[in-house]
Parts: sequence; structure tokens; C-alpha cells
Amino acid sequence: MIEARQVTKTFGKLKALNSVSISCAKGETVSLIGPNGSGKTTFIKCLLGMVLPDSGTITFNNTDISRNWDYRKDIGYMPQIGRYPDNMTIGQIFYMMLDLRKKKLSDTDTELVQAFGLEGMLKKRMRTLSGGTRQKVSASLAFLFHPQVLILDEPTAGLDPLSSEILKEKIRKEKEQGKLVLITSHILSDLDDLVTQVIYLQDGNLLFHKHLDQLRQDTGEVKLSRAIAAVMKSQRITNEEDELTNEKGLIR
Amino acid sequence: MFKIIKYVIVDILRSRIMLAYTFFLLAISLSIFNLEDSPAKGLLSMLNIILIVVPLVSLIFSTIYMYNSVEFIELLLSQPIRRSYLLLSVSAGLMLSLVIAFVVGAGIPVILMEGSSTAWIMTLTGIGLSAVFVSLAVLGSVITRDKAKGIGIAILMWIYFSLLYDGILLLIMFQLSDYPLDKAMIAFCSLNPVDLARILILLKLDISALMGYTGALYREFFGSSMGIGLSFSLMILWLVIPMAVASRIFRKKDL
Repeated sequence: MIEARQVTKTFGKLKALNSVSISCAKGETVSLIGPNGSGKTTFIKCLLGMVLPDSGTITFNNTDISRNWDYRKDIGYMPQIGRYPDNMTIGQIFYMMLDLRKKKLSDTDTELVQAFGLEGMLKKRMRTLSGGTRQKVSASLAFLFHPQVLILDEPTAGLDPLSSEILKEKIRKEKEQGKLVLITSHILSDLDDLVTQVIYLQDGNLLFHKHLDQLRQDTGEVKLSRAIAAVMKSQRITNEEDELTNEKGLIR
Repeated sequence: MFKIIKYVIVDILRSRIMLAYTFFLLAISLSIFNLEDSPAKGLLSMLNIILIVVPLVSLIFSTIYMYNSVEFIELLLSQPIRRSYLLLSVSAGLMLSLVIAFVVGAGIPVILMEGSSTAWIMTLTGIGLSAVFVSLAVLGSVITRDKAKGIGIAILMWIYFSLLYDGILLLIMFQLSDYPLDKAMIAFCSLNPVDLARILILLKLDISALMGYTGALYREFFGSSMGIGLSFSLMILWLVIPMAVASRIFRKKDL
């Protein structure tokens, strides 16, 4: 469904993505994990056409996205920090989205809107909302148009425990309907019972793309958080060994 | 695309600054015509005010609005919308709002009180100037992400077009006064939308008679229907070209 081939992006001197090739198919729930600054959000923005890669191709259902914008109607995106015009009310934002896509309210998936209790807040201006409530608006918008693909950047960050569970339950439901879900998160315990595949990025490089069971086997850990910790630890050891070898080389 | 224009216009017309701008223009037009005995003098004063205020307000308001709308634009970019349509829609919303404010504040009063063809030309050129400077403001705001730099660019643009350009032209004219520069002067004037507007209105006012030989030359060129047609086409170019450049930059921009 989504194929990224050798995507490279450099911002000034920083190489955010280094020839990353990833392939995701329908029905998978993929977690995109990596330390801060590894390129996860940059990759997601490339998928959405918000950042234009320097080289490489990305295709969505076999169409090249670089000349296209229509493919985005099948993608529901929840950004890490939702930015909305201060003076618009929640209701206005929802109606504007409906208006733009020429859809009626009856065509949409308002389950999250109701579950989060946003119906009672439709007249509140975005400026007056707390960070968590804005996240709820972002989440509801992502699921609103029954998209085939969901791209969620840190979805549970900032949500209270109840809302977090509501969102995870919704993700589970979409997963059962065979949607492709791509999640970035540092809260790995949330991802444990959701994901089927793990993609690990570091410093813009794709380190691995494994099935969750394969990762568990390789690290000998069952919980995702411990497995990833093991990976990060071995990465740090490898980096330190590299540095030592370089230093020795320099001294010699 | 039209839906976005609608949202932008509603958003802007609600802003108090737009209201203040309209009232300011209204106050000026009414007081000028009530104070001056001859409507021609009134029009002349109006001309100077329009030529300074309209570009300034268009530039600064549009730049600030574009930077304040960064979130709105980002929100819409993850939707199935073409980037160029998005930019065009926001710009069109800005242009329409500023044009409405100008027409209500200055255009209609002037036409009601003076009613000659000059008043119509003044309204048309005012509309043209509003739109042209919105276009330039959009270009400036798309070039840099920094709000302060963007506003600085807008102010510099205003200083260049309203003040600096004419100063440079005068300097050239005096330095090279031995050479026949008339045709070249006409060409140079065409390169500045503010000067175009000024010439169009002045010709209508028949003041060109006071400008001597240059006036006669301008009248001969700009006063003819070909000249007027050319001036309006140039204004349109001043509107279209910055928008096209801004659109291209915006399409390749990382957000």
C-alpha cells in the first residue's frame, strides 16, 4: 500500500533521512520507533507530502505521490502537536473539513467525537482548549472520514488515561477492519498489544523492519519496551565500540 | 477552493483592523470632500492619500495575516487539497477583503460625491493597487518563515515602491538631464504600480497641462486608450507575476 524507496532528505547540514526504504501493506499495524531526532516525523511528513524528499520515491497504492494530492483523502493524519487557528471553534473546524471534502455528517465516523465528549464543546474556540483536548480534536479528525490508512504521530501523548484507552480501543477496531495503521510513539507500553510490526530508525537510517514476534525472538524479551531498550542498548554499545576503534586508529 | 476563500473572507472581515481601515478611509474621504470647495482638489488629495495608505495597509495586513495563518495552512495541507489552490484561495480571500474595504471606505463615497469618470478611475486603480500589494505581500511571506523578517520585507517593499523608486527616478532625470529621456521615463514609470496609478488618475484630472512637455508626452502615451489599456495590463501583470512566483516557491516548500 505504501512503498518508500530510498528516500533521502537533508535539512541544511542535518541528514534527516538516509536512503530509507520501507514497505507497508494493508491490515498491518506498524510502529515507527527510534530515539529523538531519528527521522520519524520527517518520514511521516514525507508520506503526507508536507516535506518533499531530496531523492527517492514514495508510492501510495502504486501512484507516485510527488505529483498527487488526491491520495490524501484515504489517509487520516493525527499530528504530534495539533495546530489550529486560534479563533475557530471546534464545530467550525469539523464543518470546514466536511465542507472541503463535500461530505455530509452522516457519512462520517463520529465515534471518537462522541466518546471524547467533544459534542458538548463545539462552540469552544481552539485558543481556549487545553493541550489534551486539542489532541482529542486531532484524533477525531484523523478517523473522521473512514480513511484506509491511519498515520498517528505520538497519539497518546498528552491524553489522560481514560482517553488514551478510548483511542487505543478505536485503533484496535480499525485494525480489525483491515486498515493500515502507522504509529509513532515513545510510550511503548501502549503499543504492546496493538502493533504487528516494528520499524526502527536511528539517525535517519532504517535499522530494521521486523515482525513483532521476530523482534521478541531476537532480543529474548516479550514486552516491546524491554525489547526496544535491548536494541537501543546494543546500539549504544556498538557506537561506543566504533568510537573506541576510531580513537585507536587516530592514536596509532 | 471557493470554500476556503469564503472562510478566509469571513475570518478577515470579522477582524477589527479591517473595520478600522474602512472607517479610516470613510472618514478621510468624507472630510476631504466636505472641506474642499472644488471637487477636483478633493480628488487630488484623495489621490495622494490612496497612493500611500492603500499599498501600506495591503502589504502589512496581508503579511501579518499570512504569518498568523500558518497553522490553518498546515492543517489543510494534510487534506486532499492542491498546494497551489490553497495558497491562491488564501490570497484571493485577502484580496477580496481588502478590495471590499477600499470600495466601501473610499470608492463609493468618492463616486457618490464626485461621480465623474475620474472617480471611477480612482476606484479602479485603488482596487488594482490593493490587489497588487496583497500579491507582493504573499510573495514576501512565502519566502521567509520568520515573521519579523517577513514584516521587514513588507515594509521595505512599501518604502521602495512608494518613496524610493520615485526618488531614484528623479535623481536619474537630473543627472542625465542633457539626454532625451522621455521615452525611457515612460518605461520606468510603467515598472512601478504606484506610479502607474498616479499617472492614470492625474491624466484624468487634466493637471497634465501644468506638467508641461512631459505632461503632454504622458498624455499622448498614457491618455490614449492604448495607453490606458497598457497600464491596466501592466497592473494585472504586477498582480499575476508575484503570485506565480509565490505559488512555485510554496509548492516546493517543506513544512
